[in-house]
Order: sequence, then C-alpha cells, then structure tokens
Amino acid sequence: MLSVKQNEPLEFTEEMLGKFAEIVTRYPEGRQKSALLPILHEVQANYGWLSVPAMDRVAAYLQLEAIEVYEVATFYTMYFLQPQGKYALEVCRTGPCCLVGAERIMKHIEERLGVKEGEVTSDGLFSWRGVECLAACGYGPVLQIGPEYTFYENLTEAGVDKLIDELKEKASANGQSPIANG
Amino acid sequence: MARKLLLTHIDVPGIHTFEVYRQKGGYRAVEKALKTLTPEEVVEEVKKSGLRGRGGAGFPTGMKWSFLAKPEGVPRYLVCNADESEPGTFKDRYLMTHIPHALIEGMIVSSYALGANTSYIYVRGEMMPQIRILERAIAEAKNAGLLGKNILGTGYDLEVYVQPGGGAYICGEETALLESLEGKRGNPRIKPPFPAVSGLYNCPTVVNNVESIAATVPIINDGGEEYAKIGIERSTGTKLISAGGNLNKPGVYEIELGLPVEEFIYSDAYCGGIANGKRLKAVVAGGSSVPILPANLILKTLKGEPRLMTYESLADGGFQSGTMLGSGGFIAYDEDQCIVRNTWNFTRFYHHESCGQCSPCREGTGWMEKVLHKIEHGHGSFSDIDLLVDVAKKIEGNTICPLGDAAAWPVASAIRHFRDEFEWHVTNGQEAQARNYGLAHYADPLEPVI
Ligand SMILES: Cc1cc2nc3c(=O)[nH]c(=O)nc-3n(C[C@H](O)[C@H](O)[C@H](O)COP(=O)(O)O)c2cc1C
Ligand code: SF4
Ligand code: FES
Repeated sequence: MLSVKQNEPLEFTEEMLGKFAEIVTRYPEGRQKSALLPILHEVQANYGWLSVPAMDRVAAYLQLEAIEVYEVATFYTMYFLQPQGKYALEVCRTGPCCLVGAERIMKHIEERLGVKEGEVTSDGLFSWRGVECLAACGYGPVLQIGPEYTFYENLTEAGVDKLIDELKEKASANGQSPIANG
Repeated sequence: MARKLLLTHIDVPGIHTFEVYRQKGGYRAVEKALKTLTPEEVVEEVKKSGLRGRGGAGFPTGMKWSFLAKPEGVPRYLVCNADESEPGTFKDRYLMTHIPHALIEGMIVSSYALGANTSYIYVRGEMMPQIRILERAIAEAKNAGLLGKNILGTGYDLEVYVQPGGGAYICGEETALLESLEGKRGNPRIKPPFPAVSGLYNCPTVVNNVESIAATVPIINDGGEEYAKIGIERSTGTKLISAGGNLNKPGVYEIELGLPVEEFIYSDAYCGGIANGKRLKAVVAGGSSVPILPANLILKTLKGEPRLMTYESLADGGFQSGTMLGSGGFIAYDEDQCIVRNTWNFTRFYHHESCGQCSPCREGTGWMEKVLHKIEHGHGSFSDIDLLVDVAKKIEGNTICPLGDAAAWPVASAIRHFRDEFEWHVTNGQEAQARNYGLAHYADPLEPVI
C-alpha cells in the first residue's frame, strides 16, 4: 500500500540531484525513464523508503506521470512503500536455504526482535522479512541489509545474536534517530 | 586434472583488480578480436565453439548472434543478463564478485562482434556489492583505454553501463528484463517480435547470460575449435555449476561438460559427498525450474547408463525419467528432507514471482500453493494430488513466458517420482507434522533397488 506520510526533507539534496543527473546520462536521449529504477534506489538509500511525495518528485524530475513511478515501485520487491526499521533484515526463505536451516533462523529473528515479519521494533531500529533466493544458495542461510545490501552467509542463531548486538551498538554510537522510522 | 577456462586464476590474490587480471593475461581477447578479427570472424569463432547459452535455455550463442538484425542507422544493443534469481543458482554472482574483469572483457569482445556501441549489464538490485565491483572494474578498464572512444586505437567505441533491477525473478526472462531496463514493470513481452529484431528501445538486441559472455574470452583466446574439443556431443566447453543443499562442500565449481554426476557429487575434487554422513534422496540438477529426480535416476539413466553433466545426458528419458541442465543450479537433498514441503516452497516462490499477466500462471500457481500447503500441513486428500497434476498440466504451454512451465514442472515431477510421499502425507496427516517420510525406496548407490 502506498503511503503519503512524509518524514523526509521536502527537496532532494544537491548531492542526490547530482547523482540523478549522472544516471540519466547512461541512456539515449529521450529514454530517461530507464533511470527510474536506479533513482528509486538512490531515494530509498537516502530516506529509507519511498513515500508518495518522494515518488512524485521523482516523476517530476524524470518528466513522467506519477502513476508510472507508482506502478514500478509497487511491482518490485526491493522498494519499501512503508517506513522500515533503520536496519531492515532480509532473510532468504527459498527452498535451498530451507534445506540448511533458513526457517529456524527466521523464527529466531522473530523471537529475538519480538516483532512479526514486516513490523518495526518500538525503538525504530529493526524490521525483518523473508525474501526470495538471493543467489547464494551454497552459503545458506543468508541475510542482507540495505541500503548497501551488506551480506551475511552461513548464519547460525549465535551469529544472528551477535549481528543484532553489533547493530544496536553502532546505532547508539551514532546517536542519531533513525531516519527511516515514521 | 579438469581444465578450467573461466576460473583459472580464481585463487590468485587481487585477481578482481585490473592490474592483476591484466598480468594474468587478461584483455588479450580484446586485443586479438579488435586488432586481428572482423566482427563476423568473432561470431564465426563463437559458432565453431558450440557454446550454448548458460542462462538456462541452452540456445547456441553463435546462432543467436547471427540472427541479430542489422538495419542501417539503427543502434544495436548487447544486454547482459545478470539477474540471477533462479533458486539454486549462484554462479554469476560468484564470477562477478571474484573475477569481474572476465565479464567486462567478454562484454567488449561480444559487443564488438555484434556492432554494439552501448551495452548494459542488468544486475539484480540486491547485488549492490557486485554492482559496485563491476562499476569499479568498468572505470579501471576505461582508464586503460579498453572502453570508451577509439578502444586501443582501433576506432571502435563502446560504453558499458551497469543497471540495477528492483527485485523480481521474472526480470531474468529476457523480454521482462528489457521492459525493466526501460524503466517499466517487468512484464514479459509477447513474442514475436524477438529481441534480435526489436529489443531494447525497439532496437535489435542480444540478451546473454553472464557466463555465456565471459566464455567468449577463452573462445577468442584459444579459438572456437579448441573450446569445442572439451565436452561431449553438443555439450561443449566448461560450465559453472552452483552446488547447494546438503553437500559436504557446497560452492561454485567449473566442470568440463561430460563429468559423471556421481563423480560430481561424491568426489573430493567436487562436492565431497552428502553432508553429515547422510544419504542422498533427490537432486534438482539445473535450478528450481527443472524436474526433480530421485537419487537412483540422477545417478543413472533408466537404461542404466551413468548420468553425465551434459545437456543431453541429463535430459535422457525426457520428462518421464530425465531432467535438464538448465542454469546449472544443482541442489542435493539428503534423506531427511521433505519433498512435499520443498515442492510447496518452490510453488510459493513461483506464485510470488508470477507477473500476473496470464491467468493460468497467476491463478494456477496460487491454487497449487494452497493445495500443497494443505497437503503439507496434514489436511490434504487423494484427490488433491490429482488436482495438482491437473492444474500443472493446464499451466504448461499456455502462458506468455516460460515461468508458467517453470512453475508446473517441479510439481509434476515431484508427484511423478515421489507420489508415495504425497500419499503418506494424506494418510498420515498427524505423523507428517512430527517426522519426515525419509528415504523410503529412493536409493543412493549404497542400496540400489532397480
Ligand atoms: C522466469 C525466467 C527467469 C530467467 N532468469 C534468468 C536469469 O536469472 N539469468 C539468465 O541469464 N537467464 C534467465 N532466464 C533466461 C533468459 O530468458 C534468456 O534465455 C537468457 O538470458 C539468454 O542468455 P543465454 O542465451 O546466454 O543463456 C530466465 C528465463 C525465465 C523464463
Ligand atoms: S507466464 Fe506468468 S510470469 Fe510469465 S508472463 Fe504469464 S503471468 Fe507473467
Ligand atoms: S535459496 Fe537462499 S540464496 Fe538461494
């Protein structure tokens, strides 16, 4: 579901606009729509998710109808249409990973974070979900964390605990409130 | 020792950098192609090599290239398919992570052969680290004069760009990929027209898998005939196999096509046998879309001949007793795995990934998922099993793109070979929640039954 709630700045920064402009140069004249997926990734990397106002500004930038942006954002699984935790943990839940314990890992994450799939912890730090095969089936169970899509392989329960602790520490060391949290 | 062509230098420290790759003989194929061969001659070498597409369909690459339309004044495109999302397959990610320049070199050689001056590598968006690696490799190659204007002073211009996907298995299908690259939803196009005539931006386009493109490098270096000497029959050259599941040594292996399946599973040079001292129950040999086979049928054909890792041998017996090499995603199931649960999981995957354009695929995958969920959770009936077969049959061949078939085959083959396990779930619904059916009569080599 799309959300019009907005918690990001009203304008794209100079830095973001510079990046957008570089992306558009990769395609032939008049084919700037090709820049849509990469630009949405940039927006999400900066804001944590894609609000309707943010998508509208992307549409204006690329001279597209707003619906052209919404229909893309709703088709692809990587785009978050609702605020997520600062760290959105994505665990592979497809067959090969299940042969080596992915379901156990997801259950453990659910218990450890105390939130169901798709929900955000009350401190705004974490959310989690199952995703489909991440092309690392020989190293399962695996999980990734955007926006850089840092990758963790051969997960164990203890490894997950350690990761969560480290992320908590990192967040409190940074001391900033998570931007992604609406 | 088996010959390696793609992963020869995989263990060399720093091989991901331009310098080390170049020291190890990298970019020789670019020099040879651009300076001594015409584009037509490059296509001819690839034809002679017998290389078949490594993305799954196994279509001869040289032939695909020769179909490319060449109208005057219209740009042509090469698009590399690095969407790698077929469950069980992880070889392209491996190659791009460790030897990115092998792909970039292949992109230059292939683009030259096709007369493309702009090429794209469409990488699934989740592979952000690999996207960064490729962007760096492109910058390095450009810096060395191997990309950009007037490459090596030959007058040939080429730009290569990396395009991230948005997370959608269907975008691995080549026309869905092109839609996505144009900034749209990944709905497969109705063919014809084929991309060779009207692809990216309505221009003639070739879409090739990462491994196919990288394979053009040894083909140009050593000549197509040398490449064709490796392998058996129409399965020439080497192939990257992604080995996962319950194996002692899962990972990516480069094999010479023709390697016996048994050697691949049990030899220490490859997967080193089944993990935890368990026994083999079943194998999915070419990614989740290909038919699953019980241990006895994957090791030997119905005629009793050793099954080989080739397009032909794996397909021996057709859908009755054979399977396909597909993308080379090799998944091994040990005696403790539940075939019903795995089939349900795969079907859930296809339902989730259906783009929704065709009703047999959109509705059929959802229906199969529900029925399988019921059986797996102990609420199924015998007629549900027949219903699954019926729905699978009605999807197969009735859809715009092959995802429909890819969803139908795993279900049909699981029931064909493991029907007793499905029936056991029906008759022992409670017990099936507490334990797995086990190995039953599906024999591994320790206990042959036929
Ligand atoms: C649902 C579906 C998913 C596919 N996924 C991939 C993929 O991830 N990578 C790939 O190279 N080919 C994939 N293919 C095959 C492509 O459509 C196409 O045949 C291939 O990229 C051609 O390259 P090749 O001839 O070098 O194999 C997929 C096909 C279908 C129907
Ligand atoms: S078969 Fe499925 S994925 Fe392919 S076009 Fe039809 S609905 Fe979409
Ligand atoms: S099944 Fe988990 S990475 Fe492929």
